[in-house]
Amino acid sequence: MNDAAERKLALSHLWVAFIAFVVACFMGEYQVLERSGFIPALDSPSVYFASVSTHGVLMAFVLTTFFIMGFGYYIASTSLKQPVWNKPLAWGGFWLALVGVVLAAIPLLTGKASVLYTFYPPIVAHAAFYIGATLLVVGSWVWCVIMLVMFVQWKKANTGQPVPLAMFATTMNAMLWLWTSAGVALEVLFQLIPFSLGWIDTIDPGLSRTLFAWTLHPIVYFWLIPAYTAFYVFVPKQAGGFLFSDEMARLAFIVLAVFALPIGFHHLYMDPEQAKGWKLLHGIGTFVVALPTLVTGFTVIASLEIAGRLRGGKGLFGWILSLPWTNTMVLSVILSLLMLIFGGFGGIVNASYAMNAMIHNTAWVPGHFHLIFAGTTVIMYFAIAYYLWPMLVKKPLFSNSMALVQLWTWFIGMSILTTPWHVLGLLGEPRRISSVVYNNLLTLAWKPYEFMMIFGGLILLGSACLFIYVLAKTQLNPAAEAFDQEIEFAEPIHAVASLPEWLNDIKLWNKVIAVLMAISFGYPILQFFFMDTSGSSPWGY
Amino acid sequence: MQTEPLKPKYEQLLRDFYTQFRAIHIDQLERKWITISLLVIGLFVGIITIDAFFHGVNPPSKVETVDSASLHLNKEFAEDNLGVQADEKGNVIVRMVAGRYAFFPKHISVPAEMPITLRWVSMDVLHGVHIPMTNMSTMIVPGYVAEITTTFPKPGEYPVLCNEYCGLGHNHMWSNISVIAKEDWKAPVKSAAKGGSTNE
Repeated sequence: MNDAAERKLALSHLWVAFIAFVVACFMGEYQVLERSGFIPALDSPSVYFASVSTHGVLMAFVLTTFFIMGFGYYIASTSLKQPVWNKPLAWGGFWLALVGVVLAAIPLLTGKASVLYTFYPPIVAHAAFYIGATLLVVGSWVWCVIMLVMFVQWKKANTGQPVPLAMFATTMNAMLWLWTSAGVALEVLFQLIPFSLGWIDTIDPGLSRTLFAWTLHPIVYFWLIPAYTAFYVFVPKQAGGFLFSDEMARLAFIVLAVFALPIGFHHLYMDPEQAKGWKLLHGIGTFVVALPTLVTGFTVIASLEIAGRLRGGKGLFGWILSLPWTNTMVLSVILSLLMLIFGGFGGIVNASYAMNAMIHNTAWVPGHFHLIFAGTTVIMYFAIAYYLWPMLVKKPLFSNSMALVQLWTWFIGMSILTTPWHVLGLLGEPRRISSVVYNNLLTLAWKPYEFMMIFGGLILLGSACLFIYVLAKTQLNPAAEAFDQEIEFAEPIHAVASLPEWLNDIKLWNKVIAVLMAISFGYPILQFFFMDTSGSSPWGY
Repeated sequence: MQTEPLKPKYEQLLRDFYTQFRAIHIDQLERKWITISLLVIGLFVGIITIDAFFHGVNPPSKVETVDSASLHLNKEFAEDNLGVQADEKGNVIVRMVAGRYAFFPKHISVPAEMPITLRWVSMDVLHGVHIPMTNMSTMIVPGYVAEITTTFPKPGEYPVLCNEYCGLGHNHMWSNISVIAKEDWKAPVKSAAKGGSTNE
């Protein structure tokens, strides 16, 4: 199949993602330096909060969305062995999203949208920020539609056949994202945009926070699913073995997508506008969604063990040593799982209903999500990029050893950055401060940890630059001989010949999600229309 | 719509689902792992639920509204009613207003080892507050009263910190609280003329 058009489509998305990523890494290092107070000349709340807002938007919205779209297009065309459906529409989505990013970047970089990426009404930003963010989301909806159409068309043409696992996961993610983004879309369209344009005088921040909580949890699973997809469909083959179980992989993706949605109130545990019964209900759901991650951990480690033993590894742990540690995909998954274990532990603390009070809005929280997102998830984005780049540009990877150094330094840098960050939270440091000016002895205990974080950030910045360098050198290498290896999807130990329809389709799960969402968000949203609330007028910052 | 055959239809669907579910190939080892995972999750959820229902361990969740724009006209949160008070039954109640960039009153004194009910309101934007080394933590959302009851175990001087981005001066938003040994603490007498007695 001549897939030049698909490759160009995927590459364009991935480049936007990674350029946003490296720009945001520079901002991250500036932020740890500024916050530490070691360089008094840097001290500026207005620059700091403009930077934090931009860093958050670039990492959480631009890197992720563009990466997932580019990855999805390539997975769809290679796993289904079909060209991407309606390429002009796909390019339309790309440009729409890119125009949205540029439109949002202007107020962000000029300090007119320092409201952080979670918005915080009744503080208002320039309307262009909200409109730009909306266009980015609408662009991503185009991707969702294309994924769903390709899924349905393939199923129609291959009646009774199991959909390739990679495509099943990608379609689940497209469905998940449509549901996920609806919450924030309602907030932005009916509250924030009219509010920022002055069409409405007041808004209810309680309702805004509830709608944002709808999006805030499943969005992290939207980011995570490509990493899990790589765990299941690339890792076993790259390690030299087989996927432990195809059915369990599908079940894990289903439970992830279904239970990621109705549980957002663990972000509102400390909020006064929702009652405890609803919080507890969402809290229990939050623990349920730990299950697919535990299953994934098992399947991935079991697949690695099979590979290790096939390569001659012996003994209880000997197979770990015989894994191909110099394969970028295998190294990434090992480092990713290590970060997942610690990040997952922190996540259980956050999810624990009342214990959450101990760490809520302290430095622990950014420590946690950097470990689990920038660590566990993004290191798999790197692994996917290193794996796909040679196929996308038809040239071999510029340097495998540089790539290995990059992955190790990312892991080491992330450990040095996030460990002190967690400790700072337990010592009571709030998150989202630009400097420490509390006249209190407690702050002396924070200093050494602030200092360590500067080094963690520096290592990460170096690693990020090396990543971009390897990708650019691979693509621009004029001397490289042609590379014609094809993408390889892992084979399960037990090949699946046929599957029950609910393991091979999204229709049933869509209905289950609708019911669960109505139960868990129905009354909590409706209450704002029955309660005697007083809205808030807009505030600057 | 046919209503009559609906029930058997769903029963049949569920039965099919169950048979198909049983037919999925799940390895023995994986079965064990899933069972262990479910038990661990069940244990966590069980502890949390029992604590919530029988020990009253819940996050601040009193859905009570207030007009944040007119707190000065609100009897409860008018300036002279803020700070620490003890009601007829001896319960200690603290009323606090959060506004850019401080918590008012700027300093309060409360007893250690006694349950204290804190009622926080915002007069402008979103804030959050926590007192390090204690479990006093809540969001303060404009339009709502954030109420939390807690006990400070150890006497000492504690900072009261804003933990939610509320504007460019956010880092400067903090106040102080003195936790005094129970026996040294005297309930302030509520008097509108004097204001909260421990207020500065």
